[in-house]
Amino acid sequence: MTSYIPNTEEDQKEMLKEIGVKFIEELFNSIPQNLRLKTDLNLPSSLSEMELVNELKGLSGKNANLDEYVSFLGAGSYDHFIPALVDHLSDRSEFYTSYTPYQAEASQGFLQATYEYQSLICQLFRMDICNASLYEGATALAEAVILAHSVNHGTKVLVAKTLHPEYRQVLTTYIKKTLDLSIIEIDYENGVTDLTKLEEKISKDASCVVIQNPNFFGCLEKVNEIEEITHQVGSLYIVSVDPISLGLLIPPGDYNADIAVGEGQALGCKLNFGGPYLGIFTSKRKFLRKMPGRMVGETTDKKGRRGFVLTLQTREQHIRRERATSNICTNQALNALRAAIYLSTLGEEGLAQVANLCLQKSHYAAKRIYQIPGFEPTFTSPFFKEFAVRCSISPHKINKLLWNNKILGGFDLGRSYPELENSLLFSVTEKRTREEIDKLTLLLGDIA
Amino acid sequence: MYPEDLKYSETHEWVRIDKGFATVGITDFATKKLTDLVYVELPSIGKRVTKGASFGVVESVKAVSDLYSPVSGIVVKVNEKLSKEPEIITQDPYGKGWMIKVKIEDQTELDTLMDSEEYKELVKKEKKE
Amino acid sequence: MREPLIFEKSRRGRRGCSLPEYDVDEENLEKLIPKKYLRQSGLGLPQVSEPDVVRHFVRLSQQNMGVDTNFYPLGSCTMKYNPKVNEGIANLPGFTRVHPYQPQVGVQGTLRVLYEMEKLLCEISGMDSVSLQPAAGAHGELTSLMMIKAYYEDKKEHRDTVLVPDSAHGTNPSSSHLCGFRVIEVKSNKDGEIDLNDLMGKMSKRVAALMLTLPNTLGLFERNILEVSKIIHDKGGFLYLDGANLNALLGIVKPSDLGIDIMHFNLHKTFSTPHGGGGPGSGPVGVKGRLAVYLPVPTIKKDKKGYYLNYGRAKSIGKVRSFYGNIEVIIKAYCYLRSLGKEGLKKISHNAVLNANYLMKRLKKYFYLPYNQPCMHEFVLSAVDGKMKDVRALDIAKRLLDFGFHPPTIYFPLIVKEALMIEPTETESKETLDAFVSSMIQIRKEIKEDPSVIRQAPHNLSIGRLDEVKAAKELKLRWEEKESGD
Repeated sequence: MTSYIPNTEEDQKEMLKEIGVKFIEELFNSIPQNLRLKTDLNLPSSLSEMELVNELKGLSGKNANLDEYVSFLGAGSYDHFIPALVDHLSDRSEFYTSYTPYQAEASQGFLQATYEYQSLICQLFRMDICNASLYEGATALAEAVILAHSVNHGTKVLVAKTLHPEYRQVLTTYIKKTLDLSIIEIDYENGVTDLTKLEEKISKDASCVVIQNPNFFGCLEKVNEIEEITHQVGSLYIVSVDPISLGLLIPPGDYNADIAVGEGQALGCKLNFGGPYLGIFTSKRKFLRKMPGRMVGETTDKKGRRGFVLTLQTREQHIRRERATSNICTNQALNALRAAIYLSTLGEEGLAQVANLCLQKSHYAAKRIYQIPGFEPTFTSPFFKEFAVRCSISPHKINKLLWNNKILGGFDLGRSYPELENSLLFSVTEKRTREEIDKLTLLLGDIA
Repeated sequence: MYPEDLKYSETHEWVRIDKGFATVGITDFATKKLTDLVYVELPSIGKRVTKGASFGVVESVKAVSDLYSPVSGIVVKVNEKLSKEPEIITQDPYGKGWMIKVKIEDQTELDTLMDSEEYKELVKKEKKE
Repeated sequence: MREPLIFEKSRRGRRGCSLPEYDVDEENLEKLIPKKYLRQSGLGLPQVSEPDVVRHFVRLSQQNMGVDTNFYPLGSCTMKYNPKVNEGIANLPGFTRVHPYQPQVGVQGTLRVLYEMEKLLCEISGMDSVSLQPAAGAHGELTSLMMIKAYYEDKKEHRDTVLVPDSAHGTNPSSSHLCGFRVIEVKSNKDGEIDLNDLMGKMSKRVAALMLTLPNTLGLFERNILEVSKIIHDKGGFLYLDGANLNALLGIVKPSDLGIDIMHFNLHKTFSTPHGGGGPGSGPVGVKGRLAVYLPVPTIKKDKKGYYLNYGRAKSIGKVRSFYGNIEVIIKAYCYLRSLGKEGLKKISHNAVLNANYLMKRLKKYFYLPYNQPCMHEFVLSAVDGKMKDVRALDIAKRLLDFGFHPPTIYFPLIVKEALMIEPTETESKETLDAFVSSMIQIRKEIKEDPSVIRQAPHNLSIGRLDEVKAAKELKLRWEEKESGD
């Protein structure tokens, strides 16, 4: 018997007796005999805890991890600092071994934490409402486009080419298979969305305009001008943001975004080779009844004590079934909790400081790199924590050399933008020290 | 409980007919089935509704129910008060709880609706089930 | 004691974290970023000290029931014990501190886990290929339906309908609709299984798939599964398995032997990964041969040099999320499967089904069991017999909280009135099950003697029954500054 199953042979006998059968196999009689497996599955033999730990530790050792490598890689997944509190508190098993709080009274802790998450994100984004989380940034964006379409039934979506390439791919998969919408990509100029091109392509039948800010190149989009162009024709304005940047940069609510989404990984979630992450979803209050996913609301008990419940559940699949606003059920609650702990811990001053550290260090790094002959700015638009560098030698070669020196180099933009085949996108978070940046520039200088 | 001057549909809506216009709401029986209403979604003025098709929804905390129009025509008036205070529907289903007023397109559609006696029978039957 | 909101604990000047000084020359902000791009307002975040944050969230955790604190028989959710060794392993820096875009030569450990996990799921299910990418069951459903749609588009067959039994999870019709399919409900018969006549009447060349949950949400195995499969396949449709209830079938049957063409797994149900208060989960998708080419990119391959991510697949539906999946969750599930091995897997289902039948046998003497036959991993009681005295399923659920039990799933499946859906799982002991039965018997007694105790429950928690109507009418969905009184 495995250690996860308490039943002893004695227990089993007693239970079978109560049920009135002799063997456990009889309980499976509703499965036609000819469908039941006659032999054991072809799986490896069971491992003891010790053996399992040894084997998996060995496998984890085959990965290069960022405690050993210094990362200048971002592109949608960031090596930000995670205060000890985040692991410590989110690892409380009262939290992580619970499930969706359908029975509010049994789950006040998680409900309140989720309510706080919604509030913290609304404050940071300066948006009206926020849901309890979606899967990750790209699907959150796809849900935003689906929401926009349900509001105005437009026939096309204008998507900035400066939106994360994988987000555009996910959006394409979703749209192609779910809605009758055409996707029109808007080209960029000097690293930001080309306003003239946007004005050319936009028309009244555009459901929404989708941008990312800071965009995939790290550059800051002309968010106010885009707002004007978008709303002039009555389209909805959807923005995907980096929540860390909002410690410093204008939040989407202040430039009148209708829906603002984002990847919340940077808010205290581990890199984890890409998941689980955190899909942030906020909007104007008028879209309340079209929101995808769960939402927590405040209420009271009979004695007037404040408490929290899942509310507006009639939007959701378990009640509205095929007419639900989204099919999402299980979300990323634990990562929303991590984000709430992170934002509470960093607080007003801390997050602003993290953002400023990213800004200052990335600009220091950029300045140093651009001074090296053979490296020049791909774009000159203002940026936040990422910047593109055009290199005179192959990015592949550069990254290989950096890797050999235990540095994780930039994202090769040529992978997703053929026209940028010699550019690397470097990311500098608050974790990078001057020493590390200097080592990077030294190595780049050696190659050049 | 089921005023005699009204006509009724099988989906528990009532109609008050007045010179080519139909005022529509839901019956007392329907409100009891729905329990605590928290939200009503009604069409806007000028929209065309079709007999037998959904013209809106009422929601309780854990259920959504369609509202089916008993007549076809253009919506000329909507009870705006209900959006803020949906409980009015439960308190006064045949009075202040009215939902929409429709300009009737086809008078013959009214013939298929039930009178109060017939509706009472239907409710009795449904209660048994 | 109710815990204040974190915002209400805020005092100007406090902070919960120390950050390093600037080790580079700090430039004037507006020199780096034009003013119009800078934030003009404060962040609106709380200012609290480190001990404040700790005490706040520890207190919140204490107002939360989990599998580690309470019996949690939430039907259809498989709330089994979450092995701690798996948490430890998934949290090794070698797994967590890995960037999704770092060179694949530096991710061989994780890629190998993913590769082998696919193989394990294939063997358990009999499917030919698996994608680990979907983030949850519903995401797996959507991914699968997209693949089915792509298949028929390729074949130039017009199929716009998905059949869904009336006992199905809400995600089934919802995912189908999202994917642009028309949903037609198939009725259950008096035994709680699919009504074959109804199915035959509704099956046509317009039907792309039937979404089947097995055992179904009543906890019953569809005894006519082969007939169901034949009806669907004869007209060229796909048989989809919602794997939410797979805990009853591990090592007992292979879905492929039942005629399943495509399915999703819920790693957070069957394979013991924690439910995290609502997520993250993981919803891998498995398919039989002819659908494999449509699996999302990338897939994981192996050659002489090692494991790698393969993007070169022309017919793939594309990407369904950024990066590759909820890796941390997948690692935990992999650890679970390796711990159990071929010896342990069958014992899971055996004991899950034994526990459910034991509980059902004992409880049906006191509560109405609408489908009175041996169950699989779960069963559904109904609080609608004559002697309930207006006590509803909801009231029973709330009263159970007073006895220290997380309630069963209530009001689902929809085909049972006042449903109480109970899934004990294999990780509960006979003593726990007996204690639960005693509380249910006590509730039965209270219904007879003093039903108001139940209708007013809970009584013993830090909060009484919450007013959901008020929440839905007022819609206070966030804290706002003006109410702080600070």
